[in-house]
Amino acid sequence: MRIFDPHIHMTSRTTDDYEAMYAAGVRALVEPAFWLGQPRTSPESFYDYFDSLLGWEPYRAAQHGIQHFCTIALNPKEANDPRCVPVLDELPRYLAKDRVVAVGEIGYDSMTPEEDDALARQLHLAIHHGLPALVHTPHRDKAAGTRRTLDVVKESGIDPALVVLDHLNELTVGIVLQSGCWAGFSIYPRTKMSEDRMVEVLKEHGTERVLVNSAADWGRSDPLKTRRTGDAMLAAGFDKAAVERVLWDNPVAFFGQSGRLELDPEPDAPEPDESSSFEGNSIRRGGA
Amino acid sequence: MAVTTPNPSAPADPRPALPAALTPQGRAWLDEATARPTAIRALFPAVRRRCGHTPLTGHRTVDEAARAVLLTALPLRGPALADELTRLHHHGDPAEQRAVLRALPLLDPGGPDGAGDLGDLALPLLREALRGNDNTLIEAALGPYAAAHLPDAVYRQAVLSCVFCEIPLDRVAGLGDRADVELARMLADFARERIVAGRAVPEDILPIVRSLASADAAALYGTDGLDGVT
Repeated sequence: MRIFDPHIHMTSRTTDDYEAMYAAGVRALVEPAFWLGQPRTSPESFYDYFDSLLGWEPYRAAQHGIQHFCTIALNPKEANDPRCVPVLDELPRYLAKDRVVAVGEIGYDSMTPEEDDALARQLHLAIHHGLPALVHTPHRDKAAGTRRTLDVVKESGIDPALVVLDHLNELTVGIVLQSGCWAGFSIYPRTKMSEDRMVEVLKEHGTERVLVNSAADWGRSDPLKTRRTGDAMLAAGFDKAAVERVLWDNPVAFFGQSGRLELDPEPDAPEPDESSSFEGNSIRRGGA
Repeated sequence: MAVTTPNPSAPADPRPALPAALTPQGRAWLDEATARPTAIRALFPAVRRRCGHTPLTGHRTVDEAARAVLLTALPLRGPALADELTRLHHHGDPAEQRAVLRALPLLDPGGPDGAGDLGDLALPLLREALRGNDNTLIEAALGPYAAAHLPDAVYRQAVLSCVFCEIPLDRVAGLGDRADVELARMLADFARERIVAGRAVPEDILPIVRSLASADAAALYGTDGLDGVT
């Protein structure tokens, strides 16, 4: 099973996770910029984080045979801190980078006026840079927050085919798919969405414009939930092509709209020897 | 005191091989970009998407060579040039940072162009790369510019870093001239630690230890190679 995890925070994960993900079939992923748990207090710590998403983390992932891309944004939670908002002015220089395949995570946390402003501004940055947008939906008051998010997306003028709304559930998937946006689901051990519920959503709504991710981070989460969902789909009677569509083709199609998703031609054949190539430069993966 | 290294480092100037590797669109974009040096901050990140990134020559790629063209076209010298390079490096992703590091010899008075008059001013960029853990950046930092400018102590530590990170020493520029007795001692001590731990000792430190270390340290190695340690 070949897996592309379209939303996972590898900065918070260990090398054991990378090894387990590779063994489970994960060959590519997107790490969205988000909150680190500990609030940041200055723009500079965002810039170091963005540099890490563009530098150290792809390098680390490559050592485990996994291709790493990222999305860059000021996240909704920290958009409420005036000390962090100047990050918005510096985003263009990061959105110009090769491995940035979307603007994100943007969206609502508490639906404040500050969040309204950051969401609208960053949707316009996505339009300006020709990038998709990865939009987080709030955990509290999710249905209302999702409707409001769709309104802002519509007002922005961005093509809905370039937008994924993430962390959806049974109550929010319908309006999102109807809007023309993509529907993202985060499969979690206890909250958000489970693999069995996900199978039911797929039965009802089909596999088109659907992304399944682990959204694994520093909280209780599981980087192998993508694989578990694939297994649950097969057990429920979906064929291999449907699993491949949800877990590989769909994220490739969505992020491919950036024009920057350059996947290695043979993602199943990482070369452990010295001639393996990262960004065209010879590195040794894994070491001895 | 020169030590024979098996293979010289990659050629310092990748630009001559570039034109044949560019598409007509890539070449037109690069020509236009080269004529707009004041726009380099916006153009530099886009090079890879516009010109490509296939391997070119040695360990270089098309994007690195194209970025070298942009950097050597900057109408800047000395501190002003160092400031712009520092900014591009600071704001660059790893591919951009490698390109800046690899272009340094071309901007140095001792390099083939020699017009940039950079002197020691780019040393902080090297030190930053050498502090990191990304092998590709460490390797890019250790070109002819590093060989010409790094102080002895920093150069020795950089070589030792390469041994630890398994970067082949034939990728380190100037090793034949810069290796000294102190470096040989450090490498011999490193070999001792590895031997005690029952771990393999990289073969490529052998020529330096053999020719420069004390007789005692060199005796770690037999006449045919690593005695009982591989």
